Amino acid sequence: MTQVKLSVNGKEMSAEVEGRTLLVEVLRDKLGLTGTHVGCDTSQCGACTVHVNGRSMKSCSVLALDVAGAEVTTIEGMANPDGSLSVIQAAFKEHHGLQCGFCTPGMVMTAAALLKENPKPSEAEVRAYLEGNICRCTGYHNIVKAILAASGQDVAAIAAE
Amino acid sequence: MSVHNPMAHDSARLHVTGAARYVDDIPTPQGCLHLAFALSPVARGRIRAMDLAAMKGAEGVVAVFVAADLPFANDVSPSVHDEPLLATDRVHYMGQPVALVVADSHLSARKAARLLQIEVEAEPPILSIEDALAAESFFEDGPRVWAKGDAKAALGQAKHRLQGEITIGGQEHFYLEGQAALALPQEGGDMVIHSSTQHPTEIQHKVADALGLPMHGVRVECRRMGGGFGGKESQGNALAVACAVAARQTGRACKMRYDRDDDMIITGKRHDFRISYDVGFDDQGQIEAVRFTQITRGGWAQDLTAPVADRAMLHADNAYLLPHAEITSLRLKTNMQSATAFRGFGGPQGVLGIERVMDHIAHDLGLDPALVRRRNYYAAPHKASRAGLANTTPYGMEVRDFLLHEMTDQLLSDCDYAGRRAEIAVRNETSPILKRGIAFCPVKFGISFTLTHLNQAGALVHLYQDGSIMMNHGGTEMGQGLFQKLAQVAASRFGVAVDQVKITATDTAKVPNTSATAASSGSDLNGMAVLAACDAIRTRMAEFLGQGAEVRFANGRVTWGDKDISFAEAVAACYQARVGLSATGFYKTPDLSWDRAAGQGRPFFYFAHGAAVSEVVIDTLTGENRILRADILHDVGASLNPALDRGQVEGGYVQGAGWLTTEELVWDDRGHLRTHAPSTYKIPACSDRPAIFNVALVDGENPEATIYRSKAVGEPPFMLGISAFLALSHAISACGTGYPNLDAPATPERILAAIARVRS
Ligand code: FES
Ligand code: FES
Repeated sequence: MTQVKLSVNGKEMSAEVEGRTLLVEVLRDKLGLTGTHVGCDTSQCGACTVHVNGRSMKSCSVLALDVAGAEVTTIEGMANPDGSLSVIQAAFKEHHGLQCGFCTPGMVMTAAALLKENPKPSEAEVRAYLEGNICRCTGYHNIVKAILAASGQDVAAIAAE
Repeated sequence: MSVHNPMAHDSARLHVTGAARYVDDIPTPQGCLHLAFALSPVARGRIRAMDLAAMKGAEGVVAVFVAADLPFANDVSPSVHDEPLLATDRVHYMGQPVALVVADSHLSARKAARLLQIEVEAEPPILSIEDALAAESFFEDGPRVWAKGDAKAALGQAKHRLQGEITIGGQEHFYLEGQAALALPQEGGDMVIHSSTQHPTEIQHKVADALGLPMHGVRVECRRMGGGFGGKESQGNALAVACAVAARQTGRACKMRYDRDDDMIITGKRHDFRISYDVGFDDQGQIEAVRFTQITRGGWAQDLTAPVADRAMLHADNAYLLPHAEITSLRLKTNMQSATAFRGFGGPQGVLGIERVMDHIAHDLGLDPALVRRRNYYAAPHKASRAGLANTTPYGMEVRDFLLHEMTDQLLSDCDYAGRRAEIAVRNETSPILKRGIAFCPVKFGISFTLTHLNQAGALVHLYQDGSIMMNHGGTEMGQGLFQKLAQVAASRFGVAVDQVKITATDTAKVPNTSATAASSGSDLNGMAVLAACDAIRTRMAEFLGQGAEVRFANGRVTWGDKDISFAEAVAACYQARVGLSATGFYKTPDLSWDRAAGQGRPFFYFAHGAAVSEVVIDTLTGENRILRADILHDVGASLNPALDRGQVEGGYVQGAGWLTTEELVWDDRGHLRTHAPSTYKIPACSDRPAIFNVALVDGENPEATIYRSKAVGEPPFMLGISAFLALSHAISACGTGYPNLDAPATPERILAAIARVRS
């Protein structure tokens, strides 16, 4: 067991981990941040996506020790400081970019990473960027729409109704 | 009124902030144990010996159970008690649970489960349809045959005749949240279960049997699932029962979640089918008679295979009036995962069977398949059907509400089907490698459980003194937005804003004897039960307040005579006057009668309709393909919430198209499922969604008296994905003169094979 320190959603945290402990296990089991979901355990569904030092990563495939000292942002840290929804979160809600919601935290984290890199993505760019995030419920239509709306673009004109 | 409004899902805020709790997120008491199953390494045989020493000695292991250790019933079957939780003397599929490991962590349990030493006297597994037919390995007592008229004789007289066959693959549910359960032991031996389940009452029943308790000793709760699609109708039983037994034996909370591989290896999937047909038709392409043989592999245990195969038979007509029809169904028992419920419940396979027939007829006569389909439609209400035939299904039900004539006209013209079809023909002439295809597919889907007694529901509604409302009902939330819709119903009955209605977890202690949330029936059944409960309270309030005058509940106010008070004041006044402010509601679907043995009656309350046109392109060198455009018009009656309904339509189409294109299940000849992770089993990704995707809802009302005249929406749109498969077949047919005879899923390999067929 080794002590690992992380800054999670702006708070300094530490946890006892083994060499094999995954970041997602630290977040969910040790820190109680269960908004980060496990959908496939094997780096393919994107439900566990978080930001590590500003980059999106699949936390089911990252060893906690490898990111010791890093700044981690999870879905719990995405709302505005006053608790109101961030633009991306509000867009997912407003444009119905969710059904069962299990993929949603990962989708929101990936969308945030995309819009940071590319503030006005085209619809095709959004779709390509979401390759690593699976949603079984929505058929993606409203997810793409939500992300385009969050980027400030007119969704009526881009996404066919 | 809040009904009919496109409000956001009730949990939307919780989902986007990560605050929504699924079973694995529920805080557990200290000392909670974790479970994993050790699985059979062979598909069929007799267990000679098991050595559990290595498992028991593994780090973190608290206990290991085999069948003989179970205190009461060893049964997780939803039907005929043929599915033990843990294998007894024989194993029936590769992946069957044979031992249960209880350990201090999820990882320890999983690691220990791999240490099972088992000796099985292996026998050749029954895997293929041929194997099963040769071994006469059937569920029930052999073929089931339902007929209308005399298909055999009519076939002999038909001007044209075709025979063919289509193989249709199964489908993994891939609910994003895997199966999960948590058991919390209570005083006096009672048990509380949190389960990701579409059927809390079934979990309660199975757990009670496994613990030797009456059902009142077990309480099951489900706030939400991370997707269900039918895969959590019966497949959660094993986890809940395992947790309950382990919790009883250890006295500690026990939790189990399948990791993705285990989930795919252990649990059942959509039934695969082979459907052969013999059809007779006239020069117009109008069917005179058709005979179908539907063969399905049900896997090792019966589970829901009988009703699934029944529903496939009941949808062998889809939208078409068949003067003579004979449908034979064979349900095979094979050494594979026990196939189970999946959105559409056999209906999609039955529909694809007749759609293949339509496509084949059109190809044979050189007609536009959309035209052939229209010529075979049931008659619209108050219109005469062709040749004066009775407008009845092969199972003798009159079709009274057929909407597809108008819907087809509208959709085909809105998406310029004819123009695009002509353009594609021209373009394909000059495009040697890339070929396009376009196809139209209608859907008519019967709404109600075919097991008539399941068509009932209950609800419980409380008003508290402050005017806040708590609503509970028997339905479960798997993302479809049922809770939101029903909160809108409750809010509308009391004339208040929807945020005054508290939505609570489905709980067997609040509403008993519930049916599974399945068969698209969630809002139809539970909505009426909620309405009944609300109205019971409303009537009591009105009687007290109005004293005979008419009382209105609207806009947060209660008014009568010259009185106008807030809803909260009205509730407070009723409380002071000792008016009961809590009520149960009950509903049963009227007008159903179904004789399963004869295959005759009115098994459905009504039909929901949909229509889709898909356009695709294939690469004839590689078989790669893409859906370019989809246009959908779907009938949800007077939608309770159009935003949620559109979501169901969009998601259903994509899931249906995935079933018939990329999603391929492969078992090897030992019965090992080789596609047991998303690395090898491909569900549609964001980039697979059609570039142009137009979805519209029919502006209408259910002629039957359903909840606010809405229609069920969960399953019907799934079949719209069939249009993508038919479009692929159309694109392939541009490569030559033969009929593609495309099998599903239309993977690049199958597309290439079909291209070779049409060219030769
Ligand atoms: S759980 Fe990490 S990608 Fe699926
Ligand atoms: S909303 Fe269910 S997986 Fe995306």
